[in-house]
Amino acid sequence: MAAIDLAAAAVAGLLGLSGVAVALGRYRGISGLVYALSAALCAVLALLGGLVLATRAEAAVLSLPIGLPWIGANLRLDALSALFLALLGTGGAAAGVYGIGYGRHEAEPQRVLPFFPGFLAAMALVVLADDAFTFLMSWEVMSLLSWALVLAHHRAAAAREAGFLYLVMAGFGTMMLLLAFGVLAGPQGDYGFDAIRGAARAPAATGVVLALALIGAGSKAGLVPLHVWLPVAHPAAPSHVSALMSGVMTKVAIYGFVRVAFDLLGPLEWWASPAVILVGGSTAVMGILFAVVDGDAKRVLAYSTIENVGVIFAALGLALAFRANGLGALAALALTAAFAHAVNHMLFKSLLFMAAGAVLSATGRRDLDALGGLIHLMPVTAFLALVGVTAISALPPLNGFVSEWLVFQAVLQSPELRQPALQFLVPAAGGLLALAAALAAACFVRFYGVAFLGRARSPEAAAAVEVDRWSLGAMAALAALCVLAGIVPGALLDLMAPAAEATLGARMPPQLGNAWLTLVPVAEVRSSYSGILVMAFVAITASAAAWLVHRLASRRIRRGPAWDCGFPNPDPVTQYGGGSFAQPIRRVLGTALMAAREEVEMPPPGDMAPARHRVTTRDLAWSYLYLPVAAAVDYAATRANALQFLTIRRYLGLVFASLILLLVGLAIWN
Amino acid sequence: MELIAGLILQGLQMLVVAALAPGLVGLVRKVKARLTRRRGASVLQPYRDILRLMRKEVVLAENASWLFRVSPYMIFAATWVAAALVPTFATGLRFSWTADLIAIVALLGSARFFLALAGMDVGTSFGGIGASREMMIGALAEPAMLLTVFTVALIAGSTQLSNVVEYMASPAVGIRVSLGMALVALVIVAIAENARIPVDNPATHLELTMVHEAMVLEYSGRHLAMIELAAAIKLMLYVALIGCVFIPWSIAQPGAGLAAHLVGFAAFLAKIVLGGVALALFETAIAKMRVFRVPDFLGAALMLGLLGTLLMFVTRSL
Repeated sequence: MAAIDLAAAAVAGLLGLSGVAVALGRYRGISGLVYALSAALCAVLALLGGLVLATRAEAAVLSLPIGLPWIGANLRLDALSALFLALLGTGGAAAGVYGIGYGRHEAEPQRVLPFFPGFLAAMALVVLADDAFTFLMSWEVMSLLSWALVLAHHRAAAAREAGFLYLVMAGFGTMMLLLAFGVLAGPQGDYGFDAIRGAARAPAATGVVLALALIGAGSKAGLVPLHVWLPVAHPAAPSHVSALMSGVMTKVAIYGFVRVAFDLLGPLEWWASPAVILVGGSTAVMGILFAVVDGDAKRVLAYSTIENVGVIFAALGLALAFRANGLGALAALALTAAFAHAVNHMLFKSLLFMAAGAVLSATGRRDLDALGGLIHLMPVTAFLALVGVTAISALPPLNGFVSEWLVFQAVLQSPELRQPALQFLVPAAGGLLALAAALAAACFVRFYGVAFLGRARSPEAAAAVEVDRWSLGAMAALAALCVLAGIVPGALLDLMAPAAEATLGARMPPQLGNAWLTLVPVAEVRSSYSGILVMAFVAITASAAAWLVHRLASRRIRRGPAWDCGFPNPDPVTQYGGGSFAQPIRRVLGTALMAAREEVEMPPPGDMAPARHRVTTRDLAWSYLYLPVAAAVDYAATRANALQFLTIRRYLGLVFASLILLLVGLAIWN
Repeated sequence: MELIAGLILQGLQMLVVAALAPGLVGLVRKVKARLTRRRGASVLQPYRDILRLMRKEVVLAENASWLFRVSPYMIFAATWVAAALVPTFATGLRFSWTADLIAIVALLGSARFFLALAGMDVGTSFGGIGASREMMIGALAEPAMLLTVFTVALIAGSTQLSNVVEYMASPAVGIRVSLGMALVALVIVAIAENARIPVDNPATHLELTMVHEAMVLEYSGRHLAMIELAAAIKLMLYVALIGCVFIPWSIAQPGAGLAAHLVGFAAFLAKIVLGGVALALFETAIAKMRVFRVPDFLGAALMLGLLGTLLMFVTRSL
């Protein structure tokens, strides 16, 4: 049995599991079973993907007699699909294991259970699809099922609003992709990916497809300014679903873009890349800036997803630029960096969403300013979350640093590019990425420092208890993978090489053979990095220093009240909270980019009312793009409303008039 | 034999950096004192301070977590490992390929990350204010530093510090505008990162002006000693970095004899003294900035770094 058959069987199993959940969802014990089986099937998918990559298996196809009668459903498992299948499987397996424990807290499990395996299956089908119909169909099913999951807690008004916004944006994104595939297929209308690859296209059509794919896939991935739904929809879902949406679904969207831009469209001219690089770089900065100022733990994570998607798109744009200049090896470096960041982001973002979910189930609170001191009450979660925040802040020796480093290495190769526009743009984008990386560190110091350190700011946080073992196990596995991918990055990059090779015809040099597992992306004289040695040096130095100091100097310790310059205040409100921590960055960068305003309301002298300080930030995309569009739609709808109350004669007249108009138009056209 | 020589050289560099670092801090303080017509404490005072702190007991705040106790060693280790990768008196370090300039920046970022977390751990307002401001400064200083690194790496064709230094010491470089911009940007970053005037005042315990000191306010005893030592090493790292990239002459090349190494060492000492005196002069001559003026200062570094990088593309020779 070939890998593709097994993968299809696993997907069918996931779909069947959805049916089981619908039928048996009312029984209490079924929840754990559904999650466990989903996790097992996802693990199968991950193993299959990994195996196809490791054995460099040939691309295999499978045609199923379902779907449209004259087309059927065509699936194909090549190296690129295998990479994203492995990513999806890993994320799905972790979310499933986490769900076994987390799902017990669910008040209405039937609102989550049936959709969870189906959502995973739909994402897997997007990755496996080999014709436009299957792709779009699975894409839409993926959107709808995740929409249902966003509405799992539909009694909260915020969740309902999030669901509406998500539905609108998902429909818009799918429409763009539909149009993209329509142009791709051309007048012959052959929707198989093979036929699309072979077809010849005018440059204008290529440009249109690329723009549509960037908008369609980008709206799902969260590119600015199409990101507005993401920070409300991702956090509204239950936390393991948030982990899937942020960690995996955005990657499926990225897969969609890579499939279209790198595979289906064939070689592109250089002008395809600047827009992608620019959008990626600015998405990274804007995403993390919003993350820095937001007060909701899960929304911070969702905004940070936008940042990481921006980094990935910037790397993809670099790969397009290098490929257009015939620099295969460098394109492979940039593309591998993008893939590595996709995998790494899946690992640490899932981990962090799960940690936020653990905090949520332990305290019932998501707002940072109600948390604090959890490192004492939830020590294991706190430790695992620390691994996650260190990884996402791109600090060595964890995995986030490796992929950021690779992106910077790709940026540093920009002198090889021949177009002046790109030569200027790429270093500027490098600056944007550096700014985003530094802001990410600030964002996650704030996230971790306010939620886990300090003193509890609410009674709920003071009464938190550690979560169940399944949840901890899932988080621990992800944290271990974060460390592993950080210290043995060569293994990950070598595993991805077939995917880059299948897409570009070039790959990075093999990494695992280097001494001390060093990464050498281009040549040893240019740059190298060994995660395992950095880790070993830091660990050895730190423990040796601690041992020597304890041995030779002093090991005495005494507990006392905090010093705080002599005036410690027992009220936990006096600690720095989320808003106060973000204040310097909000003032420096937010005034222009987020229209951040501070208002101080001072009562007149003699009035005993308290003074108030209010901070407002706005998403400028919302004010300058969405609200005008919504107003225009509203206006048009109000005008068109007049058509609703006409007499039958007038309707007939309208029909007649439009018929005439269309016929005249047709006559002129011909 | 070569391996052992390399290892000895690497170990010697690490020890030199750690051993001389408090001396550099003492030197800066001494010169500053003399410039303001005070006699000042001995140059050796920082050594005495660190030893005294090492021997004292630790007074730990009641709700300090394990992270608070582990952080000083993590910060020290990350800073020292970063410093060990910067050539001081000889290039061709045994482990220079372990991490490049970008990784050195990121290692310093790790140290800052844990210091800020430790500042927030006890849950006092001062710890938070320090952490918040430090991360704001870091968020601007780090990209400026990375852009400087880009400029230097594009000139030298490598981000590997040993290779950069060898290229900079070669006659191929010449005087370049972009290098000048990178130097100014790097100096600004160094001032900000090391909590020196005008960004932060290392000598103050005045609430409203503290950044670095606010974060370490709850530390005492050996923990404080480790953090002070790490801060001293960081200052040394920046002086060594500026020294080896912008005044690379007389650094001993790999395979050079003992005499060359001795010359390199003497030159390195001269560079430290020069750096220390220059820093003290600058600090004495300038007033501390308001916190919200700091972004303008660092923004200048950011722009210079970007301009330096872009200049590289206008013409290869500038």
